[in-house]
Amino acid sequence: MKFAILVNEGPYQHQASDSAYQFATAALESGHEVSRVFFYHDGVNNGSRLTTPPQDDRHIQKRWSALAADKNVDLVLCVAACQRRGMVDDGERDRNKKDATNIAEGFRISGLGQLIEAGIEADRLITFGD
Amino acid sequence: MATLNIVNKSPFEKRSLDQCLARINEGDALLLIEDATVVAASGTAYTEQLTSAGKSGALYVLQPDLEARGFADKPLVDGFNAVDYKGFVALAAEYDRVHSWL
Repeated sequence: MKFAILVNEGPYQHQASDSAYQFATAALESGHEVSRVFFYHDGVNNGSRLTTPPQDDRHIQKRWSALAADKNVDLVLCVAACQRRGMVDDGERDRNKKDATNIAEGFRISGLGQLIEAGIEADRLITFGD
Repeated sequence: MATLNIVNKSPFEKRSLDQCLARINEGDALLLIEDATVVAASGTAYTEQLTSAGKSGALYVLQPDLEARGFADKPLVDGFNAVDYKGFVALAAEYDRVHSWL
């Protein structure tokens, strides 16, 4: 079965980012496909490569990036949510004339259409958030 | 078409469990995760309501989240089944639709 996941909450806030990650890995281990994780609202903060949690804590961003690299999961950050929160990739830096970028490996910025598409193409869309 | 209803907040904090229970259909399932797991432990103000909900639909609780909150040794409300994350995935696949009450 093909799963898509929606994350509406930032990392280290309550539990949404952790629950979504645990669900994704359990789905993959059970032989299912996880086609896309869409990060919306504060969820886009999952994709900042500048996060440095304490060494004995889980590194939520790196965990997601590893999932993209090892399991080919498409990690998409909502562009409007990113602009509001200062999440910038090369394209957005040039377009909005910023002086830096902060998107982690494996993540890409795109529009809400990617969420709709994920919902249509996947058998189930599972939402995690506040 | 049966629905898996997911609730993630304690009803002592938010109204999502009440809203879910008021609208859940016969044959639908309820899965408590995160802070909502606390009411799967017997002896809260929600025990009676959940026991009655369990008579018309299946009740599940995410065991790792229950354990993280120190409720692992408490008896569950009658009708609750504990699942792990793979069990959560299996439920999401088994039911036709999944709805998160956020």
